Amino acid sequence: METVLSDIFAVESIRQDFPILNQTVHGKPLVYFDNAATTQKPRPVIEALAQYYEQFNANIHRGIHTLAERATAEYEATRDKAREFINAAHREEIVFTRGTTEGINLVAQTYGRQVLKPGDEVIISGMEHHSNIVPWQMICEQTGAKLRVIPVTDSGEIILEEYEKLLSEKTKIVAVVYVSNSLGTINPVREIIEKAHAYGAKVLLDGAQASAHLDIDVQSLDADFYVFSSHKVYGPTGVGVLYGKRELLEAMPPYQGGGEMIKDVSFEKTTYNELPYKFEAGTPNIADTVAFKAALDYVTAIGKPAVGEYEHDLLTYATGAMQEIDGLRIVGQAKEKISVVSFVMDGIHHQDIGIILDTQGIAVRTGHHCTQPLMNRFGILGTSRASFAMYNTREEIDRLVRGLHKVKKMMN
Amino acid sequence: MTINETQDEIIEEFSLFDDWEEKYEYIIDIGKKLPPLQEQFKTEDNIIKGCQSRVWLHADRDDEKVLFAGDSDAVIVKGLIALLIRVLSGHTAEEIARADLYFIDRIGMKQHLAQTRANGLLAMLKQMKLYAVAYSTMSK
Ligand SMILES: Cc1ncc(COP(=O)(O)O)c(C=O)c1O
Repeated sequence: METVLSDIFAVESIRQDFPILNQTVHGKPLVYFDNAATTQKPRPVIEALAQYYEQFNANIHRGIHTLAERATAEYEATRDKAREFINAAHREEIVFTRGTTEGINLVAQTYGRQVLKPGDEVIISGMEHHSNIVPWQMICEQTGAKLRVIPVTDSGEIILEEYEKLLSEKTKIVAVVYVSNSLGTINPVREIIEKAHAYGAKVLLDGAQASAHLDIDVQSLDADFYVFSSHKVYGPTGVGVLYGKRELLEAMPPYQGGGEMIKDVSFEKTTYNELPYKFEAGTPNIADTVAFKAALDYVTAIGKPAVGEYEHDLLTYATGAMQEIDGLRIVGQAKEKISVVSFVMDGIHHQDIGIILDTQGIAVRTGHHCTQPLMNRFGILGTSRASFAMYNTREEIDRLVRGLHKVKKMMN
Repeated sequence: MTINETQDEIIEEFSLFDDWEEKYEYIIDIGKKLPPLQEQFKTEDNIIKGCQSRVWLHADRDDEKVLFAGDSDAVIVKGLIALLIRVLSGHTAEEIARADLYFIDRIGMKQHLAQTRANGLLAMLKQMKLYAVAYSTMSK
């Protein structure tokens, strides 16, 4: 059955679209399994970047000449595409940022600053990326609010009963990761949102890891804020999306001041631009935003359900094969997972694993994955993590397994 | 043996290896053979910051000579520490401070000097030189 699936999914032709994959590292064909850190870029994205600079580079929104109009149209076309990608209701609910991190900081420093009072509470989970911890710690310190943390089970799942106990009238914001970057866990965000709304709290979803793998529908989830990064969805670095419900964004104060975000400026009084421009101060990252659309188009054309199914097959295959390795333990065994396998090996430091795999041409990530509290929860300093994307194959997983046997042989 | 003579000796040893695997096998081997640092020296003060693995470096003095001992919870890094100790330990502070460690590049381990937070060799080397500088100013 599984082989049939791999046959239907045209992975070989997809691989052809990613020029970077066609190279050797230390004399071995590259196996790129660090997709949770950043994905590689298909040719249409690379071409869109070049085309922008070769054909219509201009500053947007203000110019009335032809190039400026073209650049503006392409930039705004990405906004329309991003709206569709996460099924937001309105295009002005899509704010371009530098990435997930900036989106979270923006919400913390505008919405958070506006609503949080001393004694209020912000709830996050025990499996958050540092970028969904630190901005909340900062705003809590600034406002006198308190940060509460939902505990995580041994298998790497949020404990919903504990979450319910944390919720109260004091809860103003719940910020949780949709999919964990260290464990791959898909969190029950629909329930998390429902329960938060029952207390009138708003929910921010960190969609950094979810967006390339799951169908995202912010309306159906009823998410108040949703943030993600282009570079983890096959797009360029330096761009991201903050989705916010219109009425929330409208009521929020601006984040940074400058050009683009204003309507009228005088020394006495400045009025701010309308959504989404109110939150896009200064000349944005036009080129990367334009090319971001090519990435979203690419993923949409292949279709996330097909991608998700194929990646799930890779996950099942890898999990099975890696569990066979004596002394290897998978960290994060949630029932619902995306294609991430984090693991530790008895008596072998993750750094040694990473270095030896690299000599085999295999790229994995090692360390705490910017989730130190989660590592502490599991009593470990870090893991090795293989994360798969749509262009990875079972053969590559076989290479990883052989590489891990080599690690064991060399280290013992 | 001078610092450079030891470096040349190591380069010679590594020239026998055909590929990465053999090089790392050798480094793993010497890493395992490096005597563990005594627990009393595994202090917060002796930890080198900025490494993905935990790395400790301890320095001592024997007359004019600076003696190094080190340890890590990762074996490859420990092997690299062993090489640095073999090259630098037992020389005067002045010699250590002045040393140009060309062997790292020549044995193909330069990527471990990269300025990424994952790699601690550079931080370790800096710390060794700092100790040496501190000792040489102390003795003046
Ligand atoms: C779950 C999660 N949140 C946030 C981030 C931060 O994303 P960025 O560095 O693109 O802002 C990452 C990236 O590693 C992530 O995996």
